[in-house]
Parts: sequence; structure tokens; C-alpha cells
Amino acid sequence: MNKDILICGVGGQGTVLASKIIAASAMDEGNTVHSAETIGMAQRGGSVTSHVRIGEDAYSPLIPYGNADMILAFEPAEALRNLKYLSEDGVAIVNTVPTKPVTESLTETGYDGRKITAYLKDKCSCVFVDSDEVCAPFKSSKFFNIILLGIASGTGKLGIDKDTILKQIEKRVPAKFVETNKEAFITGYGIGEKSE
Amino acid sequence: MKEYVMGNGAIALGALTAGVNLVAGYPGTPSSEIIETVSKYPHEGIHLEWSVNEKAALEVAAAASYSGARSLVTMKQVGLNVASDPLMSLAYVGVKGGMVIVSADDPGPISSQTEQDTRRFADFCRIPVFDPSSPEEAYEMIQDAFDYSEKYSTPVLFRPTTRVCHAYASIEIPDEYSPREFEGFVKDSRKWVIFPRLSYNNHGMIEKRNVEIGKDFSAYKFNSHNAKKTSKAIVTSGISYSYVKEVLKTYEDVRIIRVATAYPFPEDFMKDSLEGVKEVLCIEELSPYIEEQILKTAGKFHIDIEVKGKLDGTVPHNGEMSTELASRIISEYLGADLVSKVADTDDAPELPLRPPVLCAGCPHRASFYAVKQATKGKKAFYCGDIGCYTLGNAMPLDMVDTCLCMGAGITMAQGFDHTHDDSYSFAFVGDSTFFASGMTGVVNAVYNEADMILCVLDNSTTAMTGHQPHPGTGRNMMGDIVDKVDIARILEAMGVVRVVTVDPLDLELSIRTVKECMEIKGVKAIIFKSPCIAITRPEKKCGVDTEKCINCKKCIREIGCPALITADGQVTIDTNLCTGCNLCAQICPVHAIGGGSHE
Repeated sequence: MNKDILICGVGGQGTVLASKIIAASAMDEGNTVHSAETIGMAQRGGSVTSHVRIGEDAYSPLIPYGNADMILAFEPAEALRNLKYLSEDGVAIVNTVPTKPVTESLTETGYDGRKITAYLKDKCSCVFVDSDEVCAPFKSSKFFNIILLGIASGTGKLGIDKDTILKQIEKRVPAKFVETNKEAFITGYGIGEKSE
Repeated sequence: MKEYVMGNGAIALGALTAGVNLVAGYPGTPSSEIIETVSKYPHEGIHLEWSVNEKAALEVAAAASYSGARSLVTMKQVGLNVASDPLMSLAYVGVKGGMVIVSADDPGPISSQTEQDTRRFADFCRIPVFDPSSPEEAYEMIQDAFDYSEKYSTPVLFRPTTRVCHAYASIEIPDEYSPREFEGFVKDSRKWVIFPRLSYNNHGMIEKRNVEIGKDFSAYKFNSHNAKKTSKAIVTSGISYSYVKEVLKTYEDVRIIRVATAYPFPEDFMKDSLEGVKEVLCIEELSPYIEEQILKTAGKFHIDIEVKGKLDGTVPHNGEMSTELASRIISEYLGADLVSKVADTDDAPELPLRPPVLCAGCPHRASFYAVKQATKGKKAFYCGDIGCYTLGNAMPLDMVDTCLCMGAGITMAQGFDHTHDDSYSFAFVGDSTFFASGMTGVVNAVYNEADMILCVLDNSTTAMTGHQPHPGTGRNMMGDIVDKVDIARILEAMGVVRVVTVDPLDLELSIRTVKECMEIKGVKAIIFKSPCIAITRPEKKCGVDTEKCINCKKCIREIGCPALITADGQVTIDTNLCTGCNLCAQICPVHAIGGGSHE
């Protein structure tokens, strides 16, 4: 299998756990996996990306432009910032709830994500999800990364069996949160299945 | 067993597999995780340390390698400048046990001051350099590097770049490994004491030896080409080799020549590789090192060949290489279309910028603000340094006038004092940077009668690079609890006329302390001591009393803390970010903010 999956968002949103689970699940199924995280000056509030490359003939640690089969965007502006990575027949799963820059109160940008969401709708194949809405039953935005992972899996385009992912969730989240995270994944999976 | 690790992890595991006995280094992106990986894997019998700086690390390791032990030294590329004094001499003296110095380059630069090239440093020092293109290669190559180091009794450089350091891959490592047995130091002053005579003799020996190493490297397996018989060739190295392979996945008809050991240059290998080639394109990051070597080789052997690369403007000198950039350059070169189709986003709405800022509740913000308030209306220079606190330059603080290199803020504040009679000079330095290269500057300032204020921003960690311990933290990498080296006592002993320690989150006291120091002649020091918010847990959070708040937004305008936000026009506090530092509460003119830990 050859798949390139890009995960993007804002520092602190749990993108790294999502990428680790995808990478580990793909390896569990016998694939060669390479990945890369943006680290360094990147910090809470900064733009972050994880590149997961599944398959034998991935040479660059970063996904080349126009090559990603899927973008998991935790934030609408970050989806657009990374759109150049998406392949022509790739799909972007995009959270419509914006995260304003931490400097917003100092320099107002008026950014609310709406223009960007509308733009993305015309540009590429998207599955939109409202993080506030899907997280409401879980009473915490902390489960959004696993819900988003569930959606990705539900679309059937991730190429990894959902039970393999569930096993990795069990392995990687603290014991007392395992059940809720599995529920979050299943919720997301259902949304993904229904999307076109 | 299989381990999925970062390139830096692969380097660490390679060194462990090679039986390394001593590992020392100083943190710096992109190299920091090498030592952290060693500490996370079994390493019984190995001495592991974060040294105070790169020079110290290299010298500690030199003694180990004189003794026949294998040593690994880690740093980022600018750290190699700090270690260059011992390295230049060590290159003459040589080693007995294998010594590999990892100097991680940072094309871009992504988180560095310079785009310098460690391969050129290797040439300058006349020692070999290895240039891996992936984590998998890094694991193997560092073991080879130890062997070559011992074979030729010389320290060797190992040069990964950011994208290799931070890429993850699966590495197969042995279930068991152990540090090697070694003989111990055998005294021989003709060998280990650097005198002019030794340098003269060894200089001649080294130049002859390097010709031999160049020949040896010509047969090294990572110097390779794909044997395509074409008149055009692409020469590449390091991570650029990975990009070139990515671009040429579907285009097979071109010779790709890869150089893994830039110095001593594998001349014979290159001469053979260029057989039948009329035109060559060099794809490499940082300096045009290999390109120059090819020109040299072509000149020496009268090879009629056209060389494209950085020197003729085909490849940019600055910034990173990437698959995209390589695909554009190679497409043009080969007259093929190898550029991926990318969504056209020229008409996209503007994206919000997310600049790096000091974290919410960062004590550095309070320290800068106190100095800003104390010097209001007065002429003052604020010399910054390397660390999170360089971000004190951002608005609204605007408190960093200069930043040059590790420790330079202290000596530059002194320089401004000697050239300006009408101003106050301030230096801001973090605790780890103070130990790394700040202390000498303080002695210089005291001795040369400077009039300046040193602000030590002591957050009890090396925050910028991922919270490594240092001499002031009371912990070391051997897992021991050690005596803390006391910054205040060091400064007093150095002759600083006044040394005051103050909690920066007590704004009034901090401002008063700065003002008092401004009244005194000589070198004064204020230690602003408050732990990094990433290593402490906030007890309470601040809140805004909307009855009292007049929405003047002074809090936002003055300190720009990311936790201070406006929702529907009302100033409020993001409790997900707030650490309860209470700095904003002390600024609020109507006392509408409260609830923090420092009330």
C-alpha cells in the first residue's frame, strides 16, 4: 500500500497523537512507514504538521506537494495553508471551527474561518466537521483528535482496518480514557461512513 | 528488535550499537534528541552528560578517546563554532578510541542563526565528514564513522540536517549491546601534548593521510551511482539525495551520483562516476561544496564537463531544498515535466499568521515588562540572547534591541556602555545560556569597569530546546541529584557590585529593584527567578470581574499575553492558557482581574 496522510492544526490540538496512531496502525498491518513532525520553534499556538508516509517507495520524509491522499485538518486555515500537499483525487477532512491566532487580541484579523471553509468547498473534495458539535456529547474538546481519526477511517480511504486503529488507541491513551476514546472513534467512524 | 525512532534516535542507537563509552553534548535544535534517546535506552556503563557548552563536551570526550574509549559528541551547527577551538587542535593530535562529533546543520534556517555548512568545517579542520540521507542510513553510517575514526586515529564529523534529524523510521537494533572494553590512558607526551613540533609533523602526515582516506572513501558503499549511461548526471548528497530520488521515481534515464563523504573528497569515485557524462547538475543544501569539488576534479583531470548548481545560479544558495524545488530544477535540466500538479490557490483568502510568542504566563514577559517600566522615558539599550526570551522582541514588549550569538548580550551591553555616555545598558540572559557562555562576559565587564545591568532570566531549565537540565537545576544526565550551582554566588564572587534575586511576577518589587540598580555605578545583576510554565502546574487561574472592568484593554496593550482575549468586545481570560501568574492583575488600573496564584 502507498498512502500519504498529512495532519495539520495548531499546537496543543492533539495532532501528534493522531499521527502516531496512524503510523503505528499502518506498521501493525505490515507496512513500511516514515513520518515527520514539525518541531523546534513550533509551540503552543503555532501551525503544526505531521507527515505520515506509508509504503516502500517514499524517499522524502515530507510528503511532496500534490501527493497527499488525505489531509486531516484540525483547523480551517491550516487546511488551506497545507492544501498544496493534497493530490487531485485526495480528500480533506476539515474542522470548521477556527482557532484564532494567539496574537488576535493585539492585532485583530477578523478571522472567523467562514471564508476559508467556503473556499475549500470549491477547491477540493472535503468532509467538513464542526468540532464543537461532535465533541458536545463528550463534554471536552480533548477527544476531537480521535473523532477526526474515526472520520478518516470511516471514509474508507485510510487503507487501515478500523480494529487495528482501535488496538493502537487502547495502547496509547491512558487506561481511564480508553473507553471514551473508543466511543469517540466509533462516533467519528459513523460520520465518515455517511460522508460522500 | 525494531524501533520506530526519529533520525536523532537512530544516531543515538547507532552509537550505542557501536559500543560508545561516553556521550556528551549541549542542546540545540535539531540535535537535542540524540542525548535524550541515549538516556531513554539501556546505557549502563556509559558516561552521559549535558555539558555546559559544546567546547566542554568535546574536551571531555577528547580525554575519553585518548584513553581508547569510543566517544560521541552532539551539538547543532553553531555549537561547532563554540567547540572549534578544541576541535582544530584535536584534529592535529588525533585520537585512539573512535570519536564522532555530530554537528546537525539547519538549512532554512528553521531554528538557527546561520546557514553554515559542517562539511566545509570538516575541510577546514582536515577531518572526515559523513552525510546521511535518512534515519536508516544514519543508524548504519554512524557505526562506520566510529570505525573510520579508529582506523585513521582522527576525530570525524557526522553531519545530519534538520529533515534527517526529525524524520521517523523503523530501525532494527540488536537486542543487546554494551559499551566496549578499552585500554585506558597511556601517557606519552610526544603524542598527547600539542607543541609546534607536533603540529608541524602531524600537519604533513594528515595531508598525506587524507589522500588515502579519499581513496578509501571512493570504495565506501554510501558513495554510489545508479550506473545509467547518460550524458547528463545529477550529483547530490544528504537529504537532497532523498528529494532527488523522490522526483525521479518515474524517470529512470539519468545517472544519479550520491556523495556521502564530502571530505576527504572521494576523487576516484567521482572521476569514475563522471565517465561519459557531459553535463552535471549539483543538488545540495547550504554551500556548493560538492559542486566546487567537482570543478576541482574536472580541472585536475582535464574532464570536459559543464557544471550546474549554486555557482551558476541554477540552484538557490539560501534556504532548504525540497522535493518541489528539486522537481522544478530537474525538470528544466532534463527537459521533462516532473513537477506535481498542485491546487492553484492564488485566489485564496488571506491566512491568519501564527507567529511564535512567549507562552501565556511566561515569567520572561514579566521580567521584560518590569525593565520596560523602570526605564520609561530614559534612553536604554536592551541586549538579548539565544533562548525563548529572544521572543521578548515582539510587540507590545519590544524589549530586544540586539541578538547575536550565545552569551553575546552581556559583552554587547558592555560595548554599548563604552560608546554611549547618555544611556543605560541592559543584558538579558537565560540560566542555561549564562552557564554556557555568559560567565566570561561578566568577568570582562567587571574588569573593564562597565556600567551595565545584567538580567538573568532564571526559569530553572533549558526551555527552548525541550527542558534539558543544566548546572543550576540540581539534576544531571546520570540521573543523580547534584548540588545546584548558584548563579547569585557566582556573580558575587566575580565582583558584581550588586546581585539581587527577585520574583518577576511581583511587578512592583521588580520595577523598584531595576530602578535601584540604575542608580548604582558598575556591573549590577538582577536574577529574575521564576520557573518555566511548562515545568510547573498552575494552582489557580485569573478571571475578569466584568462589573469592574472598564474594557480599557490596558492589559492587552501592555503585555500581550495570549491568555488575554476579547469575546464580544469584553476583555476576558482564556482559562485553558492562563497560569494565574497575575501580571495582568497588577497592571489593571481598576483592579478588575484577580484569582491568580501570586496575589
